[in-house]
Amino acid sequence: MEENKIINPWGDDKNYTTLNLGPTHPATHGIFQNVLTMDGEKIIEAQPTIGYIHRAFEKIAERRPYYQITPLTDRLNYCSAPINNLGWFMTVEKLLGVKTPKKVDYMRIIVMELARITDHLICNSVIGVDSGALTGFTYIFQEREAVYEIYEEISGARLTTNMGRIGGFERDFSATAIKKLKEFLIRFPKKLKEFENLLLRNRIFMDRTINVGGITAEKALNSGFTGPNLRAAGVDYDVRVTDPYCSYQDFDFEVPIGTNGDVYDRFCVRNEEMRQSIKLIQYALDNLPVGNYHADLPDFYLPPKEKVYNNMEALIYHFKIVMGEIDMPKGEVYYAVEGANGELGFYLISDGGRTPFRLHFRRPCFIYYQAYADMIKGGLLSDAILTMSSMNVIAGELDA
Amino acid sequence: MDNNYVLQKIRQYFDGFVLGYEELSGILTITVKPVVINDLISYLKKEPEPGFGFLTDICGIHYPDQENELGVVYLLHNMKNNMRIRIKTFVTKEYPIVPTITWIYAAANWMERETYDFYGIEFEGHPNLKRILNVEYLDYFPMRKDYAMEDPTREDKDNRYFGR
Repeated sequence: MEENKIINPWGDDKNYTTLNLGPTHPATHGIFQNVLTMDGEKIIEAQPTIGYIHRAFEKIAERRPYYQITPLTDRLNYCSAPINNLGWFMTVEKLLGVKTPKKVDYMRIIVMELARITDHLICNSVIGVDSGALTGFTYIFQEREAVYEIYEEISGARLTTNMGRIGGFERDFSATAIKKLKEFLIRFPKKLKEFENLLLRNRIFMDRTINVGGITAEKALNSGFTGPNLRAAGVDYDVRVTDPYCSYQDFDFEVPIGTNGDVYDRFCVRNEEMRQSIKLIQYALDNLPVGNYHADLPDFYLPPKEKVYNNMEALIYHFKIVMGEIDMPKGEVYYAVEGANGELGFYLISDGGRTPFRLHFRRPCFIYYQAYADMIKGGLLSDAILTMSSMNVIAGELDA
Repeated sequence: MDNNYVLQKIRQYFDGFVLGYEELSGILTITVKPVVINDLISYLKKEPEPGFGFLTDICGIHYPDQENELGVVYLLHNMKNNMRIRIKTFVTKEYPIVPTITWIYAAANWMERETYDFYGIEFEGHPNLKRILNVEYLDYFPMRKDYAMEDPTREDKDNRYFGR
């Protein structure tokens, strides 16, 4: 039909098809819309539309006391919520100028690396699913469950954990948590190996992923890539190494990098990162320092519950902290952590009030997803699906 | 290379355009006039010595009490030396126009659209400047401080009871 004709850059008179991929499509794992112009099964042009689950977190944060912002950060990248929580607390600690005890740092590293493992597990197993190998997904997902059980022991929650406090943790790791963690450390590397064996040298998987959805290092840097996606393209940028926070400088670990920046490289980088995470957790657990599990920070660290119920001062402090009655210092802070899919930054401006004057989340997904349209151009539709799942775009973080 | 050196270089080349500078928690923060944004950022990227080759973030900000109310904050990163620099520029609400840097960094595309979406700051020369996270028919800029978060016509909510 005449009105469906799209004028194309080459000026030929082909009739292209417009395909609406999404917003809700079982293969996009989240709410993403892409209006594709197709020539047969080849993508000529893509127009992504985002914002379907925008919840105005930055605006809401301007009216909330600092503790009440933590649940918002949970809902950014919900596959690795503890990294967001702890990153936010570390931002506030930087504003306050607090130094946390070594034990807190090590506990945080354990939790954050567990979160990285779960996030990478989801991403990598979903690459398998989208290339037609459901088996790996069904096996490895039990391990994610095991990590969630550890979260549950630490904080009481599973997915949106709201974990920790300003200055540390609400309680020490329980004996059960340590036991579950040790079991996980023994069992998981074997399972990971098994999972990897299913896909890594699998002919079909390799054919589907090698040289698909690739990006060069130069282009990736220009498009603001960070995290595993940038490392797969061959740039060894990792916030944990360049800007060590939370005592990462005490640890010895490697930063895996790829060469092509394609789906296969991203898969391999994430797999190796999980292995490095295991190493980090093992080291942190073996060398867990003795000491307190929170900093001495009575103005911001919630008093223990028994005291709140039996002691007048503790009750007053509890109330003041929860209601945000204690003013923060003035200042401007940018704090970056290595989130599971890139550099997660918190840009916080405080005017001394009970709420931030301005809080901006530097969401890695939002920045690198804009290169997606370019990456899938000229490829097949089925490769576009695979590229998206390998980039680990999380809708919650994308739309904030 | 440290903050002082970078500051010196910038003052050497862009002296008349620098309105102020300070160091905020380790990051050199420079306030410049909007006209110089293009030249400054491409200078910072292209010259090997400052070498800020990575655009980390762009965001908007609104200070209702200032004369130039709306601001854009750029955060650049030199990965080799692990240095960051923050560049701020302010414009009035009546004439909120800042030149785009999409031709320097492809990553700036959506970040500038987001800033436009929430603060109404227009980026001159942007290839596709329209709303990104909000619906297109929205007729206000929600992150401005004068836009109340709750419906202002409601009378059942008394600020005194909410600690505001």
